Amino acid sequence: MSAETEAAPQDRPVLPRQSLSERLVRMPVVLPLFTFLSVLVLWEVGTRVFAVPSYILPAPSRIATGFGAVDLPRWIAHIWATLRVALMGYGAAILISLPIAIGLAKSKLLSRALYPLLVVIQSVPVVAVAPIIIVVLGTNDAPRVVITFMISFFPLVVSMTTGLMATPPELIELSRSLRAPQHREITQIRLPYATPYIFSGLKISITLAVIGAVVSEFVAAEKGIGYFIQFSTSMFKLPQAWAGLAILVAMSLVLFQSVSLIQRLFFPWSLPKATK
Amino acid sequence: MALVKDAISFEGVGQTFLTDAGPLIALKGVSLTLDQHEFVAVLGPSGCGKSTLLRLTAGLMMPTQGRVSVFGKPVDGPRDDVGIVFQNATLLPWANVEDNVVFPAKHMRGRVDDKDRDQARRIIATVGLEGFEKRLPGELSGGMQQRVGIARALFLNPDILLMDEPFSALDALTRDAMGFELLRLWQASPKTVMFITHSIPEAVLLADRVVVMSARPGGVIADLPVPLGRPRDETSLRTAEMQDYMAHLRGLLIHKEIA
Ligand SMILES: Nc1ncnc2c1ncn2[C@@H]1O[C@H](COP(=O)(O)OP(=O)(O)OP(=O)(O)O)[C@@H](O)[C@H]1O
Ligand SMILES: [Mg+2]
Repeated sequence: MSAETEAAPQDRPVLPRQSLSERLVRMPVVLPLFTFLSVLVLWEVGTRVFAVPSYILPAPSRIATGFGAVDLPRWIAHIWATLRVALMGYGAAILISLPIAIGLAKSKLLSRALYPLLVVIQSVPVVAVAPIIIVVLGTNDAPRVVITFMISFFPLVVSMTTGLMATPPELIELSRSLRAPQHREITQIRLPYATPYIFSGLKISITLAVIGAVVSEFVAAEKGIGYFIQFSTSMFKLPQAWAGLAILVAMSLVLFQSVSLIQRLFFPWSLPKATK
Repeated sequence: MALVKDAISFEGVGQTFLTDAGPLIALKGVSLTLDQHEFVAVLGPSGCGKSTLLRLTAGLMMPTQGRVSVFGKPVDGPRDDVGIVFQNATLLPWANVEDNVVFPAKHMRGRVDDKDRDQARRIIATVGLEGFEKRLPGELSGGMQQRVGIARALFLNPDILLMDEPFSALDALTRDAMGFELLRLWQASPKTVMFITHSIPEAVLLADRVVVMSARPGGVIADLPVPLGRPRDETSLRTAEMQDYMAHLRGLLIHKEIA
Protein backbone atom coordinates (compact mmCIF):
# COMPACT_ATOMS: atom_id res chain seq x y z
CA MET A 1 0.00 0.00 0.00
CA SER A 2 2.47 2.57 1.20
CA ALA A 3 4.95 1.52 -1.45
CA GLU A 4 2.36 2.21 -4.09
CA THR A 5 1.48 5.63 -2.82
CA GLU A 6 5.12 6.53 -2.52
CA ALA A 7 5.83 5.31 -6.02
CA ALA A 8 3.54 7.86 -7.56
CA PRO A 9 3.47 10.83 -5.23
CA GLN A 10 2.66 13.21 -8.08
CA ASP A 11 -0.69 11.45 -8.55
CA ARG A 12 -1.85 12.43 -5.14
CA PRO A 13 -4.12 15.47 -5.32
CA VAL A 14 -2.68 18.50 -3.64
CA LEU A 15 -5.09 19.33 -0.85
CA PRO A 16 -5.40 22.87 0.45
CA ARG A 17 -3.87 23.36 3.89
CA GLN A 18 -6.49 23.46 6.59
CA SER A 19 -6.21 25.32 9.83
CA LEU A 20 -7.36 23.63 13.03
CA SER A 21 -10.61 25.61 13.14
CA GLU A 22 -11.38 24.72 9.51
CA ARG A 23 -10.86 21.05 10.29
CA LEU A 24 -13.07 21.27 13.38
CA VAL A 25 -15.86 22.88 11.37
CA ARG A 26 -15.81 19.93 8.99
CA MET A 27 -16.35 17.39 11.77
CA PRO A 28 -20.09 17.39 12.43
CA VAL A 29 -20.31 15.92 15.96
CA VAL A 30 -17.12 17.02 17.67
CA LEU A 31 -17.79 20.71 18.14
CA PRO A 32 -21.38 20.53 19.48
CA LEU A 33 -20.44 17.65 21.76
CA PHE A 34 -17.51 19.64 23.12
CA THR A 35 -19.75 22.64 23.81
CA PHE A 36 -22.33 20.45 25.49
CA LEU A 37 -19.83 18.69 27.73
CA SER A 38 -18.14 21.97 28.64
CA VAL A 39 -21.46 23.41 29.77
CA LEU A 40 -22.14 20.33 31.89
CA VAL A 41 -18.73 20.49 33.52
CA LEU A 42 -19.02 24.23 34.21
CA TRP A 43 -22.49 23.65 35.62
CA GLU A 44 -21.32 20.85 37.90
CA VAL A 45 -18.27 22.77 39.09
CA GLY A 46 -20.20 26.02 39.48
CA THR A 47 -22.96 24.54 41.62
CA ARG A 48 -20.40 22.82 43.87
CA VAL A 49 -18.04 25.76 44.22
CA PHE A 50 -20.81 28.22 45.03
CA ALA A 51 -22.82 25.62 46.96
CA VAL A 52 -26.00 26.41 45.03
CA PRO A 53 -28.99 24.78 46.75
CA SER A 54 -30.58 22.09 44.60
CA TYR A 55 -34.01 23.79 44.62
CA ILE A 56 -32.42 26.71 42.76
CA LEU A 57 -30.14 24.80 40.42
CA PRO A 58 -29.28 21.17 41.01
CA ALA A 59 -25.93 19.95 39.72
CA PRO A 60 -26.04 17.60 36.70
CA SER A 61 -24.99 14.74 38.98
CA ARG A 62 -27.99 15.47 41.26
CA ILE A 63 -30.30 15.56 38.22
CA ALA A 64 -28.92 12.19 37.18
CA THR A 65 -30.02 10.77 40.50
CA GLY A 66 -33.42 12.36 39.84
CA PHE A 67 -33.93 9.83 37.06
CA GLY A 68 -33.87 7.16 39.76
CA ALA A 69 -36.80 8.72 41.60
CA VAL A 70 -39.23 6.82 39.41
CA ASP A 71 -38.81 3.33 37.96
CA LEU A 72 -38.45 2.70 34.26
CA PRO A 73 -42.02 1.52 33.48
CA ARG A 74 -43.34 4.71 35.12
CA TRP A 75 -40.98 6.86 33.05
CA ILE A 76 -42.10 5.07 29.91
CA ALA A 77 -45.75 5.56 30.82
CA HIS A 78 -45.14 9.32 31.30
CA ILE A 79 -43.13 9.61 28.10
CA TRP A 80 -45.70 7.69 26.12
CA ALA A 81 -48.57 9.84 27.46
CA THR A 82 -46.85 13.04 26.33
CA LEU A 83 -45.61 11.59 23.07
CA ARG A 84 -49.07 10.29 22.16
CA VAL A 85 -50.79 13.64 22.69
CA ALA A 86 -48.00 15.47 20.86
CA LEU A 87 -48.19 13.15 17.86
CA MET A 88 -51.99 13.16 17.71
CA GLY A 89 -52.12 16.94 17.85
CA TYR A 90 -49.35 17.14 15.28
CA GLY A 91 -51.12 14.68 12.98
CA ALA A 92 -54.36 16.62 13.31
CA ALA A 93 -52.50 19.85 12.50
CA ILE A 94 -51.03 18.29 9.35
CA LEU A 95 -54.32 16.81 8.18
CA ILE A 96 -56.25 20.03 8.73
CA SER A 97 -53.64 22.51 7.53
CA LEU A 98 -53.13 20.79 4.17
CA PRO A 99 -56.63 21.38 2.72
CA ILE A 100 -56.69 24.87 4.21
CA ALA A 101 -53.32 25.66 2.63
CA ILE A 102 -54.48 24.33 -0.73
CA GLY A 103 -57.60 26.50 -0.49
CA LEU A 104 -55.57 29.58 0.48
CA ALA A 105 -53.06 29.02 -2.32
CA LYS A 106 -55.60 28.31 -5.05
CA SER A 107 -58.22 30.93 -4.28
CA LYS A 108 -57.55 34.62 -3.74
CA LEU A 109 -61.11 34.94 -2.50
CA LEU A 110 -60.62 32.31 0.17
CA SER A 111 -57.26 33.67 1.25
CA ARG A 112 -58.64 37.20 1.61
CA ALA A 113 -61.58 35.84 3.59
CA LEU A 114 -59.80 33.30 5.76
CA TYR A 115 -56.34 34.65 6.43
CA PRO A 116 -57.35 37.37 8.91
CA LEU A 117 -59.30 34.77 10.88
CA LEU A 118 -56.24 32.51 11.02
CA VAL A 119 -54.10 35.37 12.26
CA VAL A 120 -56.65 36.17 14.98
CA ILE A 121 -56.70 32.52 16.06
CA GLN A 122 -52.91 32.48 16.11
CA SER A 123 -52.89 35.64 18.26
CA VAL A 124 -54.94 33.96 20.98
CA PRO A 125 -52.53 32.89 23.72
CA VAL A 126 -53.16 29.16 23.83
CA VAL A 127 -51.85 28.84 27.38
CA ALA A 128 -54.62 31.19 28.48
CA VAL A 129 -57.40 29.37 26.63
CA ALA A 130 -56.19 25.94 27.68
CA PRO A 131 -58.21 25.87 30.95
CA ILE A 132 -61.33 26.94 29.04
CA ILE A 133 -60.80 24.20 26.47
CA ILE A 134 -60.42 21.63 29.24
CA VAL A 135 -63.66 22.78 30.84
CA VAL A 136 -65.49 22.64 27.52
CA LEU A 137 -64.10 19.32 26.27
CA GLY A 138 -63.64 17.41 29.50
CA THR A 139 -60.51 15.74 30.85
CA ASN A 140 -59.92 13.00 28.29
CA ASP A 141 -57.50 13.17 25.33
CA ALA A 142 -59.66 15.50 23.25
CA PRO A 143 -58.81 18.82 24.95
CA ARG A 144 -55.09 17.96 25.06
CA VAL A 145 -55.03 17.11 21.37
CA VAL A 146 -56.93 20.32 20.58
CA ILE A 147 -54.45 22.42 22.57
CA THR A 148 -51.49 20.72 20.89
CA PHE A 149 -53.15 21.20 17.53
CA MET A 150 -53.71 24.92 18.19
CA ILE A 151 -50.07 25.50 19.06
CA SER A 152 -48.55 23.56 16.16
CA PHE A 153 -51.06 24.39 13.42
CA PHE A 154 -50.24 27.91 12.31
CA PRO A 155 -46.61 27.48 11.14
CA LEU A 156 -47.79 24.52 9.09
CA VAL A 157 -50.50 26.48 7.31
CA VAL A 158 -48.14 29.35 6.61
CA SER A 159 -45.30 27.20 5.33
CA MET A 160 -47.58 25.01 3.24
CA THR A 161 -49.37 27.99 1.70
CA THR A 162 -46.07 29.72 0.97
CA GLY A 163 -44.74 26.52 -0.57
CA LEU A 164 -47.81 25.90 -2.70
CA MET A 165 -47.55 29.45 -4.04
CA ALA A 166 -43.81 29.19 -4.71
CA THR A 167 -44.36 27.07 -7.80
CA PRO A 168 -42.98 28.82 -10.90
CA PRO A 169 -45.94 30.32 -12.78
CA GLU A 170 -44.61 28.73 -15.99
CA LEU A 171 -45.30 25.27 -14.61
CA ILE A 172 -48.85 26.24 -13.76
CA GLU A 173 -49.19 27.52 -17.33
CA LEU A 174 -47.74 24.27 -18.62
CA SER A 175 -50.33 22.41 -16.57
CA ARG A 176 -53.13 24.57 -17.93
CA SER A 177 -51.84 24.25 -21.48
CA LEU A 178 -52.04 20.47 -21.09
CA ARG A 179 -55.64 20.79 -19.87
CA ALA A 180 -54.84 18.51 -16.97
CA PRO A 181 -57.39 18.04 -14.20
CA GLN A 182 -56.97 20.46 -11.28
CA HIS A 183 -56.05 17.81 -8.74
CA ARG A 184 -52.99 16.82 -10.77
CA GLU A 185 -51.74 20.38 -10.73
CA ILE A 186 -51.74 20.01 -6.94
CA THR A 187 -50.32 16.51 -6.67
CA GLN A 188 -47.80 16.55 -9.52
CA ILE A 189 -46.60 20.14 -9.41
CA ARG A 190 -47.59 22.27 -6.44
CA LEU A 191 -47.19 19.79 -3.59
CA PRO A 192 -43.76 18.46 -4.64
CA TYR A 193 -42.62 22.03 -5.18
CA ALA A 194 -43.85 22.92 -1.70
CA THR A 195 -41.94 20.04 -0.10
CA PRO A 196 -38.95 22.06 1.18
CA TYR A 197 -41.33 24.64 2.67
CA ILE A 198 -43.58 21.97 4.11
CA PHE A 199 -40.63 20.34 5.82
CA SER A 200 -39.47 23.56 7.42
CA GLY A 201 -43.00 23.94 8.76
CA LEU A 202 -43.05 20.31 9.90
CA LYS A 203 -39.78 20.80 11.79
CA ILE A 204 -40.99 23.91 13.60
CA SER A 205 -44.34 22.33 14.38
CA ILE A 206 -43.05 19.08 15.82
CA THR A 207 -41.25 20.90 18.63
CA LEU A 208 -44.29 23.12 19.14
CA ALA A 209 -46.42 19.98 19.43
CA VAL A 210 -44.31 18.81 22.38
CA ILE A 211 -44.80 22.22 23.99
CA GLY A 212 -48.54 21.95 23.35
CA ALA A 213 -48.74 18.53 24.98
CA VAL A 214 -46.85 19.80 28.03
CA VAL A 215 -49.07 22.88 28.33
CA SER A 216 -52.16 20.70 28.26
CA GLU A 217 -50.69 18.48 30.97
CA PHE A 218 -49.95 21.49 33.14
CA VAL A 219 -53.63 22.37 33.05
CA ALA A 220 -55.14 18.95 33.61
CA ALA A 221 -53.58 15.51 33.53
CA GLU A 222 -52.72 12.56 35.71
CA LYS A 223 -49.76 11.39 33.65
CA GLY A 224 -47.23 12.68 31.17
CA ILE A 225 -43.87 14.41 31.54
CA GLY A 226 -45.50 17.83 31.90
CA TYR A 227 -47.65 16.49 34.70
CA PHE A 228 -44.58 14.84 36.25
CA ILE A 229 -42.62 18.10 36.25
CA GLN A 230 -45.47 20.02 37.83
CA PHE A 231 -46.09 17.33 40.40
CA SER A 232 -42.37 17.12 41.29
CA THR A 233 -41.99 20.87 41.72
CA SER A 234 -45.07 21.03 43.90
CA MET A 235 -43.43 18.36 46.07
CA PHE A 236 -40.20 20.39 46.01
CA LYS A 237 -38.35 17.51 44.31
CA LEU A 238 -36.38 19.70 41.98
CA PRO A 239 -33.75 17.25 40.72
CA GLN A 240 -36.44 14.90 39.42
CA ALA A 241 -38.29 17.84 37.82
CA TRP A 242 -35.05 18.67 36.03
CA ALA A 243 -34.76 15.04 34.96
CA GLY A 244 -38.25 15.35 33.42
CA LEU A 245 -37.16 18.51 31.66
CA ALA A 246 -34.10 16.74 30.25
CA ILE A 247 -36.38 14.03 28.88
CA LEU A 248 -38.60 16.63 27.22
CA VAL A 249 -35.59 18.19 25.55
CA ALA A 250 -34.43 14.77 24.37
CA MET A 251 -37.93 14.00 23.08
CA SER A 252 -38.07 17.23 21.08
CA LEU A 253 -34.63 16.60 19.64
CA VAL A 254 -35.44 13.04 18.62
CA LEU A 255 -38.73 14.08 17.01
CA PHE A 256 -37.07 16.96 15.18
CA GLN A 257 -34.30 14.70 13.93
CA SER A 258 -36.84 12.10 12.83
CA VAL A 259 -38.58 14.67 10.64
CA SER A 260 -35.20 15.70 9.21
CA LEU A 261 -34.35 12.06 8.59
CA ILE A 262 -37.62 11.44 6.74
CA GLN A 263 -36.84 14.42 4.55
CA ARG A 264 -33.30 13.22 3.89
CA LEU A 265 -34.38 9.66 3.11
CA PHE A 266 -37.46 10.25 1.01
CA PHE A 267 -37.10 13.79 -0.36
CA PRO A 268 -33.35 14.33 -0.75
CA TRP A 269 -33.86 16.73 -3.66
CA SER A 270 -35.79 19.06 -1.37
CA LEU A 271 -32.76 19.74 0.83
CA PRO A 272 -30.89 23.01 0.43
CA LYS A 273 -27.78 22.49 -1.73
CA ALA A 274 -25.28 23.12 1.06
CA THR A 275 -26.53 20.37 3.34
CA LYS A 276 -26.47 17.57 0.77
CA MET B 1 -61.85 30.60 -44.90
CA ALA B 2 -61.84 28.02 -47.65
CA LEU B 3 -58.11 27.55 -47.73
CA VAL B 4 -56.49 27.29 -44.31
CA LYS B 5 -52.91 28.22 -44.82
CA ASP B 6 -52.21 30.41 -41.82
CA ALA B 7 -50.96 28.49 -38.83
CA ILE B 8 -51.44 31.43 -36.50
CA SER B 9 -53.30 34.65 -37.14
CA PHE B 10 -53.97 37.73 -35.06
CA GLU B 11 -56.71 40.05 -36.28
CA GLY B 12 -56.86 43.41 -34.55
CA VAL B 13 -55.88 41.86 -31.25
CA GLY B 14 -55.86 44.01 -28.15
CA GLN B 15 -55.19 43.04 -24.57
CA THR B 16 -55.96 45.19 -21.57
CA PHE B 17 -55.16 44.11 -18.03
CA LEU B 18 -56.90 45.38 -14.95
CA THR B 19 -54.21 46.27 -12.44
CA ASP B 20 -54.24 48.01 -9.08
CA ALA B 21 -52.97 51.13 -10.82
CA GLY B 22 -55.83 51.06 -13.32
CA PRO B 23 -56.26 49.47 -16.74
CA LEU B 24 -53.03 48.63 -18.55
CA ILE B 25 -53.08 48.38 -22.32
CA ALA B 26 -50.53 45.69 -23.12
CA LEU B 27 -51.38 45.09 -26.79
CA LYS B 28 -53.20 47.28 -29.25
CA GLY B 29 -54.36 46.49 -32.77
CA VAL B 30 -52.01 43.60 -33.43
CA SER B 31 -52.52 41.97 -36.81
CA LEU B 32 -50.08 39.29 -37.79
CA THR B 33 -50.03 35.92 -39.48
CA LEU B 34 -47.59 33.04 -39.34
CA ASP B 35 -47.63 30.60 -42.24
CA GLN B 36 -47.43 26.92 -41.67
CA HIS B 37 -43.85 25.78 -40.95
CA GLU B 38 -42.65 29.33 -40.84
CA PHE B 39 -40.06 30.43 -38.28
CA VAL B 40 -40.96 33.90 -37.06
CA ALA B 41 -38.97 35.87 -34.50
CA VAL B 42 -40.71 38.52 -32.43
CA LEU B 43 -38.44 41.34 -31.33
CA GLY B 44 -39.40 44.14 -28.99
CA PRO B 45 -38.51 46.14 -25.91
CA SER B 46 -39.16 44.75 -22.46
CA GLY B 47 -42.79 44.84 -21.40
CA CYS B 48 -44.19 45.41 -24.89
CA GLY B 49 -46.44 42.37 -24.70
CA LYS B 50 -44.40 39.64 -26.37
CA SER B 51 -45.18 37.05 -23.73
CA THR B 52 -48.81 38.11 -23.80
CA LEU B 53 -48.86 37.44 -27.55
CA LEU B 54 -47.53 33.96 -26.84
CA ARG B 55 -50.05 33.26 -24.07
CA LEU B 56 -52.87 34.32 -26.37
CA THR B 57 -51.65 31.88 -29.00
CA ALA B 58 -51.37 29.11 -26.43
CA GLY B 59 -54.96 29.73 -25.37
CA LEU B 60 -53.88 30.53 -21.82
CA MET B 61 -55.79 33.82 -21.98
CA MET B 62 -58.42 35.35 -24.24
CA PRO B 63 -57.88 38.69 -26.00
CA THR B 64 -60.01 41.58 -24.81
CA GLN B 65 -60.26 42.70 -28.45
CA GLY B 66 -59.96 41.08 -31.85
CA ARG B 67 -59.38 37.45 -32.62
CA VAL B 68 -56.55 34.92 -32.41
CA SER B 69 -56.85 31.85 -34.64
CA VAL B 70 -54.78 28.72 -34.95
CA PHE B 71 -55.16 26.76 -38.18
CA GLY B 72 -58.19 28.87 -39.03
CA LYS B 73 -60.02 28.16 -35.78
CA PRO B 74 -60.49 30.84 -33.13
CA VAL B 75 -58.49 29.96 -30.04
CA ASP B 76 -60.87 29.28 -27.17
CA GLY B 77 -58.51 27.42 -24.84
CA PRO B 78 -55.29 25.44 -24.69
CA ARG B 79 -54.71 22.99 -27.55
CA ASP B 80 -52.76 19.76 -27.88
CA ASP B 81 -50.88 20.86 -30.97
CA VAL B 82 -49.04 23.73 -29.29
CA GLY B 83 -45.80 23.25 -27.37
CA ILE B 84 -44.28 25.93 -25.15
CA VAL B 85 -40.65 26.55 -24.19
CA PHE B 86 -40.08 29.06 -21.40
CA GLN B 87 -37.24 31.44 -20.69
CA ASN B 88 -36.04 29.32 -17.80
CA ALA B 89 -36.33 25.63 -18.43
CA THR B 90 -38.62 25.34 -15.37
CA LEU B 91 -38.12 21.60 -15.05
CA LEU B 92 -39.38 19.57 -12.13
CA PRO B 93 -36.32 19.44 -9.85
CA TRP B 94 -37.30 16.09 -8.30
CA ALA B 95 -37.80 14.30 -11.64
CA ASN B 96 -34.98 13.02 -13.81
CA VAL B 97 -34.56 14.07 -17.44
CA GLU B 98 -36.71 11.29 -18.83
CA ASP B 99 -39.50 11.88 -16.31
CA ASN B 100 -39.42 15.57 -17.11
CA VAL B 101 -39.81 14.86 -20.82
CA VAL B 102 -42.71 12.42 -20.36
CA PHE B 103 -44.32 14.80 -17.90
CA PRO B 104 -46.93 16.09 -20.39
CA ALA B 105 -48.26 12.55 -20.83
CA LYS B 106 -48.20 11.85 -17.12
CA HIS B 107 -49.91 15.13 -16.38
CA MET B 108 -52.62 14.73 -18.99
CA ARG B 109 -53.41 11.06 -18.50
CA GLY B 110 -52.18 10.40 -14.98
CA ARG B 111 -49.78 7.64 -16.05
CA VAL B 112 -47.16 6.83 -18.67
CA ASP B 113 -46.66 3.65 -20.66
CA ASP B 114 -43.67 2.11 -22.40
CA LYS B 115 -44.53 3.84 -25.65
CA ASP B 116 -44.30 7.22 -23.93
CA ARG B 117 -40.92 6.30 -22.48
CA ASP B 118 -39.62 5.16 -25.88
CA GLN B 119 -40.83 8.38 -27.40
CA ALA B 120 -39.17 10.39 -24.61
CA ARG B 121 -35.84 8.60 -25.08
CA ARG B 122 -35.99 9.21 -28.80
CA ILE B 123 -36.55 12.93 -28.30
CA ILE B 124 -33.88 13.11 -25.60
CA ALA B 125 -31.47 11.65 -28.15
CA THR B 126 -32.48 14.16 -30.83
CA VAL B 127 -31.77 17.08 -28.51
CA GLY B 128 -28.35 15.54 -27.83
CA LEU B 129 -28.85 14.33 -24.27
CA GLU B 130 -28.44 10.61 -24.77
CA GLY B 131 -26.98 9.08 -21.62
CA PHE B 132 -28.40 11.76 -19.36
CA GLU B 133 -31.88 10.23 -19.06
CA LYS B 134 -31.56 9.46 -15.37
CA ARG B 135 -29.90 12.68 -14.30
CA LEU B 136 -31.69 15.25 -12.18
CA PRO B 137 -32.01 18.80 -13.56
CA GLY B 138 -29.79 20.13 -10.77
CA GLU B 139 -26.93 18.07 -12.18
CA LEU B 140 -27.17 19.62 -15.66
CA SER B 141 -25.79 22.85 -17.08
CA GLY B 142 -28.15 25.65 -18.06
CA GLY B 143 -27.89 24.74 -21.74
CA MET B 144 -28.63 21.09 -21.05
CA GLN B 145 -31.61 22.03 -18.89
CA GLN B 146 -33.01 24.11 -21.71
CA ARG B 147 -32.55 21.14 -24.07
CA VAL B 148 -34.73 19.16 -21.69
CA GLY B 149 -37.26 22.01 -21.77
CA ILE B 150 -37.29 21.82 -25.56
CA ALA B 151 -37.59 18.03 -25.48
CA ARG B 152 -40.58 18.35 -23.16
CA ALA B 153 -42.24 20.81 -25.54
CA LEU B 154 -41.58 18.47 -28.47
CA PHE B 155 -42.88 15.40 -26.65
CA LEU B 156 -46.46 15.71 -27.89
CA ASN B 157 -45.11 16.45 -31.39
CA PRO B 158 -46.85 19.82 -31.66
CA ASP B 159 -47.42 21.56 -35.00
CA ILE B 160 -46.72 24.86 -33.34
CA LEU B 161 -43.79 25.66 -31.10
CA LEU B 162 -43.97 28.78 -28.96
CA MET B 163 -40.65 29.87 -27.49
CA ASP B 164 -40.40 32.73 -25.00
CA GLU B 165 -36.80 33.96 -24.89
CA PRO B 166 -35.68 30.36 -24.53
CA PHE B 167 -31.94 31.02 -24.66
CA SER B 168 -31.70 34.36 -22.90
CA ALA B 169 -30.52 32.80 -19.64
CA LEU B 170 -27.59 31.09 -21.38
CA ASP B 171 -24.07 32.33 -22.01
CA ALA B 172 -23.27 33.65 -25.50
CA LEU B 173 -21.47 30.56 -26.81
CA THR B 174 -24.07 28.09 -25.57
CA ARG B 175 -26.74 30.38 -26.91
CA ASP B 176 -25.38 30.27 -30.47
CA ALA B 177 -24.94 26.52 -30.31
CA MET B 178 -28.50 26.08 -29.09
CA GLY B 179 -29.78 28.27 -31.91
CA PHE B 180 -28.20 26.07 -34.58
CA GLU B 181 -29.41 23.00 -32.73
CA LEU B 182 -32.94 24.38 -32.85
CA LEU B 183 -32.67 25.03 -36.58
CA ARG B 184 -31.54 21.46 -37.10
CA LEU B 185 -34.53 20.14 -35.14
CA TRP B 186 -36.88 22.44 -37.00
CA GLN B 187 -35.57 21.35 -40.40
CA ALA B 188 -35.77 17.67 -39.47
CA SER B 189 -39.36 18.05 -38.31
CA PRO B 190 -40.92 21.25 -39.68
CA LYS B 191 -43.12 23.25 -37.35
CA THR B 192 -44.49 26.72 -37.11
CA VAL B 193 -42.23 28.50 -34.63
CA MET B 194 -42.95 31.74 -32.84
CA PHE B 195 -39.65 32.71 -31.27
CA ILE B 196 -39.56 35.62 -28.87
CA THR B 197 -36.22 37.26 -28.24
CA HIS B 198 -34.44 40.43 -27.19
CA SER B 199 -31.47 39.70 -29.39
CA ILE B 200 -31.32 41.05 -32.94
CA PRO B 201 -28.57 38.67 -34.17
CA GLU B 202 -30.41 35.71 -32.71
CA ALA B 203 -33.67 36.72 -34.40
CA VAL B 204 -31.96 37.25 -37.75
CA LEU B 205 -29.92 34.08 -37.61
CA LEU B 206 -32.88 31.84 -36.84
CA ALA B 207 -35.99 33.31 -38.44
CA ASP B 208 -37.61 33.52 -41.85
CA ARG B 209 -39.25 36.73 -40.75
CA VAL B 210 -38.71 39.24 -37.98
CA VAL B 211 -41.64 41.02 -36.39
CA VAL B 212 -40.69 44.19 -34.51
CA MET B 213 -42.97 45.46 -31.79
CA SER B 214 -43.31 48.90 -30.27
CA ALA B 215 -43.08 49.69 -26.58
CA ARG B 216 -46.31 49.71 -24.59
CA PRO B 217 -49.00 49.59 -25.82
CA GLY B 218 -47.44 46.86 -27.92
CA GLY B 219 -48.14 46.81 -31.61
CA VAL B 220 -46.40 45.54 -34.73
CA ILE B 221 -44.24 48.30 -36.24
CA ALA B 222 -42.36 46.21 -38.77
CA ASP B 223 -42.66 42.78 -40.30
CA LEU B 224 -39.57 42.04 -42.38
CA PRO B 225 -38.48 38.87 -44.17
CA VAL B 226 -34.87 37.95 -43.43
CA PRO B 227 -32.81 38.19 -46.64
CA LEU B 228 -30.80 35.11 -45.89
CA GLY B 229 -30.96 31.59 -47.36
CA ARG B 230 -30.53 28.33 -45.51
CA PRO B 231 -28.61 26.52 -44.21
CA ARG B 232 -27.02 29.22 -42.08
CA ASP B 233 -23.89 29.18 -39.96
CA GLU B 234 -21.73 31.44 -37.81
CA THR B 235 -20.52 33.39 -40.83
CA SER B 236 -23.99 34.09 -42.26
CA LEU B 237 -24.33 37.45 -40.50
CA ARG B 238 -20.91 38.78 -41.56
CA THR B 239 -21.98 40.14 -44.93
CA ALA B 240 -22.50 43.86 -45.44
CA GLU B 241 -26.11 43.22 -46.40
CA MET B 242 -26.87 41.45 -43.12
CA GLN B 243 -25.06 44.14 -41.13
CA ASP B 244 -27.23 46.79 -42.77
CA TYR B 245 -30.33 44.73 -42.15
CA MET B 246 -29.51 44.38 -38.47
CA ALA B 247 -28.69 48.07 -38.20
CA HIS B 248 -32.11 48.80 -39.66
CA LEU B 249 -33.78 46.61 -37.03
CA ARG B 250 -31.74 48.28 -34.31
CA GLY B 251 -32.89 51.65 -35.57
CA LEU B 252 -36.52 50.59 -35.41
CA LEU B 253 -36.14 49.32 -31.85
CA ILE B 254 -34.19 52.31 -30.52
CA HIS B 255 -36.35 54.86 -32.26
CA LYS B 256 -39.50 53.36 -30.82
CA GLU B 257 -38.08 53.05 -27.35
CA ILE B 258 -37.29 56.75 -27.20
CA ALA B 259 -40.57 57.84 -28.71
N1 LIG C 1 -51.62 38.96 -15.92
C1 LIG C 1 -51.26 40.25 -16.00
N2 LIG C 1 -51.86 41.17 -15.22
C2 LIG C 1 -51.50 42.46 -15.29
N3 LIG C 1 -50.57 42.95 -16.11
C3 LIG C 1 -49.93 42.09 -16.91
C4 LIG C 1 -50.24 40.70 -16.90
N4 LIG C 1 -49.44 40.08 -17.80
C5 LIG C 1 -48.68 41.04 -18.33
N5 LIG C 1 -48.97 42.26 -17.82
C6 LIG C 1 -48.35 43.52 -18.21
O1 LIG C 1 -48.48 43.63 -19.60
C7 LIG C 1 -47.29 44.16 -20.17
C8 LIG C 1 -46.75 43.21 -21.20
O2 LIG C 1 -46.30 42.06 -20.53
P1 LIG C 1 -45.50 40.90 -21.27
O3 LIG C 1 -45.05 39.96 -20.23
O4 LIG C 1 -46.32 40.37 -22.37
O5 LIG C 1 -44.26 41.70 -21.86
P2 LIG C 1 -42.94 41.14 -22.59
O6 LIG C 1 -42.82 41.84 -23.86
O7 LIG C 1 -42.98 39.66 -22.61
O8 LIG C 1 -41.82 41.63 -21.58
P3 LIG C 1 -40.39 40.99 -21.31
O9 LIG C 1 -39.54 41.31 -22.47
O10 LIG C 1 -39.93 41.70 -20.08
O11 LIG C 1 -40.60 39.51 -21.10
C9 LIG C 1 -46.33 44.41 -19.02
O12 LIG C 1 -46.41 45.78 -18.68
C10 LIG C 1 -46.88 43.57 -17.92
O13 LIG C 1 -46.62 44.17 -16.67
MG1 LIG D 1 -41.82 38.14 -21.68
